[in-house]
Amino acid sequence: MDYGFTTAAYVVAAVLFILSLGGLSNQESAKRAVWYGIVGMGLAVFATLVGPGSGLWLLSLLLIAGGGFIGQYVAQRVQMTEMPQLVAAMHSLVGLAAVFVGYNAHFEIGNVAQVIAIVDSANQADLSDLGAFAKLIAKKTPAELGILHVELFLGIFIGAITFTGSVVAYGKLAGKVTSAATKLPGGHALNAAAAIISLICLIWYTASGGFFPLFLMTLAALFIGYHLIMGIGGADMPVVVSMLNSYSGWAAAAIGFSLGNDLLIVVGALVGSSGAILSYIMCKAMNRHFVSVILGGFGGPQGEQMAVEGEQIAIEADGVAAALNDADSVVIIPGYGMAVAQAQQSVSELVRKLRAQGKNVRFAIHPVAGRLPGHMNVLLAEAKVPYDIVLEMDEINDDFPDTDVAIVIGSNDIVNPAAQEDPNSPIAGMPVLECWKAKQVFVSKRGQGTGYSGIENPLFFKENTRMFYGDAKASLDKLLPMID
Amino acid sequence: MKIGTPKEILDGENRVAMTPDSAVQLQKLGYDCAIEKGAGQAAGFSDAAYKAVGVEIVKTAASLWKSADIVAKVRIPTEAELKRLTKGKTLISFFNPAGNEEGMELAKSKGANVIAMEMVPRISRAQKMDALSSMANIAGYRAVIEAGNNFGRFFTGQVTAAGKVPPAKVLIVGAGVAGLAAIGTSTSLGAITYAFDVRPEVAEQVESMGAEFVYLDFEEEQQDGAATGGYASVQSDEFREAQLAKFRELAPEVDIVITTALIPNRPAPKLWLEDMVKAMKPGSVIVDLAAERGGNVEGTIADEKVVTDNGVTIIGYTDFPSRMASQSSSLYATNIRHMMTDLTPEKDGQINHDMEDDVIRGSTVTHEGEITFPPPPPKVQAIAAQPKAEVKELTPEEKRAQEIAAFQAQTKQQFTLLGVGGVLMLLVGLIAPASFMQHFIVFVLAIFVGFQVIWNVSHSLHTPLMAITNAISSIIIVGALMQIGSGSFLVILLAALSVFMAGINIFGGFLVTRRMLAMFQKS
Repeated sequence: MDYGFTTAAYVVAAVLFILSLGGLSNQESAKRAVWYGIVGMGLAVFATLVGPGSGLWLLSLLLIAGGGFIGQYVAQRVQMTEMPQLVAAMHSLVGLAAVFVGYNAHFEIGNVAQVIAIVDSANQADLSDLGAFAKLIAKKTPAELGILHVELFLGIFIGAITFTGSVVAYGKLAGKVTSAATKLPGGHALNAAAAIISLICLIWYTASGGFFPLFLMTLAALFIGYHLIMGIGGADMPVVVSMLNSYSGWAAAAIGFSLGNDLLIVVGALVGSSGAILSYIMCKAMNRHFVSVILGGFGGPQGEQMAVEGEQIAIEADGVAAALNDADSVVIIPGYGMAVAQAQQSVSELVRKLRAQGKNVRFAIHPVAGRLPGHMNVLLAEAKVPYDIVLEMDEINDDFPDTDVAIVIGSNDIVNPAAQEDPNSPIAGMPVLECWKAKQVFVSKRGQGTGYSGIENPLFFKENTRMFYGDAKASLDKLLPMID
Repeated sequence: MKIGTPKEILDGENRVAMTPDSAVQLQKLGYDCAIEKGAGQAAGFSDAAYKAVGVEIVKTAASLWKSADIVAKVRIPTEAELKRLTKGKTLISFFNPAGNEEGMELAKSKGANVIAMEMVPRISRAQKMDALSSMANIAGYRAVIEAGNNFGRFFTGQVTAAGKVPPAKVLIVGAGVAGLAAIGTSTSLGAITYAFDVRPEVAEQVESMGAEFVYLDFEEEQQDGAATGGYASVQSDEFREAQLAKFRELAPEVDIVITTALIPNRPAPKLWLEDMVKAMKPGSVIVDLAAERGGNVEGTIADEKVVTDNGVTIIGYTDFPSRMASQSSSLYATNIRHMMTDLTPEKDGQINHDMEDDVIRGSTVTHEGEITFPPPPPKVQAIAAQPKAEVKELTPEEKRAQEIAAFQAQTKQQFTLLGVGGVLMLLVGLIAPASFMQHFIVFVLAIFVGFQVIWNVSHSLHTPLMAITNAISSIIIVGALMQIGSGSFLVILLAALSVFMAGINIFGGFLVTRRMLAMFQKS
């Protein structure tokens, strides 16, 4: 079959991908949207296999089946709390694949040049021995070849950063690498140096077309990916993961350019902009600039922080139970601590009991709660909490003054009133869940320490706040039998 | 150490300073508890109930005062009681230090430490031991109940088969703790409730309780009540006149008046004068919670209920908390228990009388043979109402102008972006070959589509979004499949690896997305 069919299949596939992303606008249509994506992918692979120039399709199918088997196994076994790791690991695969495909493109250019050199002396018929991609290259003018060099260079560069970055992010999220921000001596100067090396390599490569600059740049890019993500702390991971998501898309788009494949370009651009928007939303929710997140550390004015007055008053499970039994409306604010303690099932059970008594129970989700955008929603969904009582920050913030009890489970900075009250706080201006306006607040927390950011939280010292110390799951399990 | 509570001596005092519940908590602090036989009887706590939680029952007051290291009671101690104190003993009680010079002298001469519960400073940290507030709360509630008891009609308006009943109108003067409690009770009984206070900053609290705040037509920089530790203070003559004029206007309308106005260390101000009482309808009820300090109402007699010639009942009881002894004992005992918690930071059953602590220093009136009253001002001030920053109300024109300006700024921004983007695009077009431009157009359009589509994705589905974008970014498999047919072994190897990895991603990504989405269930 010829290009016409393949191109037509690609158009359909692209439309299906767009529909599948668009379908995620609500929970019900999302279930249909996944099928659009699956069909689109199937169609694209099928069209490529039957399309011009592909060979070894048996091997290809075997490889896809093998990969698919592993993918399926992983997808079925993964715990929902491990989603951030899984997503990061998958990004690394896309990054690495992009690097490989980029290298292949480079080798093909070399092969074609050789063939052309031979063919020129004889006749032109031998080109049919080459693959589809090679034929494409053979038709290119020198200017186009120059552009091609830049494109595949970029594809490899972004792919390499995505690969090591994602591996490090995976390590951090899975707890295999320390989640604290660590940098090699030299800090960002090293990153800058590596970036400059890459730039020099780009000029060198477009001029010479040799393999060495490409290889050197790959090493530099791998280093940037590693070192950049090592320097970012655990709580900023939502931004990092969505940024890597974006990169994996841009890498695919750049490869698409170099292969002259519109489907790759379209999908790459879709994924790239999706990741970029997610990063933007996350940064907005932390009131920080993207650059300051990526370069690590906190931005904003640093001054004398407001001293916190008062004391943290502890409470036992019976006190919490009594308040919950009396309450009419309850809002639960989960955070990463809930995921760490694997407390979502207990939370769900608590909600079930409270709702059985006719109380109005809702969840308030801050955009950066957890380690992945939307992480909390997935955890709660897994624990069978109906999604219509899980609300976003903007939807619920105005309701806190009418709430009897707010329960904070394992979150800290996202409920810190200092963001609004103290202009010198490092998180000043960050939108937060105003749970302190509820009549009573219970904070389930392991100990008295400050959160990841090391910022003192005045919420814990408020008069209407009671600290419910202990592991979130253990505390909730103690609480459950007391709710009647 | 041992904490003991004697039976209250004063006639008609039903409260007790220790309840079985508070005893349990005190024991957790490491103290032994003792109580005089029958001390809790009037408040509904039997000796058996105390015994059940391990409280020692002591037969006589004399032996209790002797054996206890710490004595907790309610009423101001009598001379006879103070004489029982010895060096090193601690007494926690109401004490009225400002008007109890002899009592303090006596306690000082005995070398005992006295903590006066009414001296607990009004700061956030000390609220849990603020017995004045907890008692005032009860008094406010009970005042409404007493008024209802003497009022011949419903509080709430009703339309019944037997005719229409108008709702009662209740005026509450002074919106302190007692006033607010009275407002709450009155509104929940269904009466139309008005409230007045000299501190305008409490208007918000009053309105939050469902009552209407009575504003005066009076132009003067009103003082901030918080400057005086959260209490009201003396007003200027003009202000008083304006206030009385307002009351005169209200008097014929209201059915029930509850006055709670007190100024610390002064006789109660007279706010409801004889002519106002006369102006009220027959059957109306006045409850004067300030009766102990002379009363806010002309004609109040402390501890008595009087009916005036025009049929208005004036209630001047001073023992409202004692009339609800069970409730008030629980609260008071809890206040005492919190005081003990602060006095026992180590929870080892030993008092650590820390005179550096604001709360303890403030409420201690005699300590180690010295009178420590009045205390220095506390280091932590009561939280003052922040003077509200002047928020200028925008006129509709100004609002409109702002909107237009914002819109123009937005338009300008968009134009600049489009302009710069367009120029850049043209520049690229000048240099790049046509085949590149074709792909480039696709790329730019795809980004636009991506932005439009992704903004609509629900926040709760961001994780599935990442998983699915992950799966579809494996479209790179198409590139690898195109290369796998190449002749070079290296290329085939790399392409094969890419296909394999992309395969993992495609299946993993889609399946995990499906798994996640299946979990989202509507209730």
